[in-house]
Amino acid sequence: CKQQHDQAVVSTQSGHYGRDPTEDVKRPLTNRRKVKPTKLRSSIKPGTVLILLAGAHRGKRVIFLKQLPSGLLLVTGPYKINGVPLRRVDQAYVIATSTVVEIPAIANDKLTDAMFKRKAKPTKNEREMFIENTSEEPKISAERIALQKEVDAVVVPAVKKVEMLPSYLRSKFTLTKGQFPHQLKF
Amino acid sequence: KQWYQRRVAITAGGIVTGFRRGQRNQTVNNSLVKIEGVTTKADTEFYHGKRIAYIYRAQKSRKNRITKRETKLRVIWGKVRRSHGSSGVVRAAFKKNLPPKAIGATVRVMLYPSRV
Repeated sequence: CKQQHDQAVVSTQSGHYGRDPTEDVKRPLTNRRKVKPTKLRSSIKPGTVLILLAGAHRGKRVIFLKQLPSGLLLVTGPYKINGVPLRRVDQAYVIATSTVVEIPAIANDKLTDAMFKRKAKPTKNEREMFIENTSEEPKISAERIALQKEVDAVVVPAVKKVEMLPSYLRSKFTLTKGQFPHQLKF
Repeated sequence: KQWYQRRVAITAGGIVTGFRRGQRNQTVNNSLVKIEGVTTKADTEFYHGKRIAYIYRAQKSRKNRITKRETKLRVIWGKVRRSHGSSGVVRAAFKKNLPPKAIGATVRVMLYPSRV
């Protein structure tokens, strides 16, 4: 097994087979794990219309932009159309429809996980020291708003080209009487 | 309310038909759920792994941790484990075992984790 091999490698590296009695140093095993993002479902491609299944925007149809290095999917409403901003979403909480919109590739350095990560709340000590600062921060940073405008400037025209797509994105996914999800073709 | 403001139903409905059992013994850890519209074993494949919520009312209201609202509704979460038999019934396991009064009660089957 791999662990035995690693330990054997370590012991041969020191020039001695087996444990050297004079050296009681424990060497850590080499970690060969490579972190990869979650495998993207084959039904999800850039420009695919996704249905959000949970969260504040449940039922809304959004456009998939790309998969971030963390494995989460980056989606946008677009914001003007259905109020969903640039947002990270987990693959498991999304249904991919067969509708794909042709979007030109968005190459933007700012579209990374760090951009969307929640800011850590100030700890109790910090809060006591800087009481004046807490009221200053606006809910959504100007950076995010600018980024949203940039991305949507590319996505919205592509959406408007397709007939009825803007109103499709504005509508929500529901199950009506007699509709069963296992019978639907998304 | 406009049509686009109405609540969306993104859950399948189901009924708890009882616990997994032989004639004289029952395993309370596993419940049997009959999901609406599912009548064959092949149809249940879509629901494998999906989360289920048993929602019930209580006398005292509690503050919901996520929505931060006081509510009398409480949930027991669970998931669909596998199919049961050939007529579309499904076996579910809940975080806490279901109370006996849940037998015959409706249960919401979510559409996540989604594999579509």
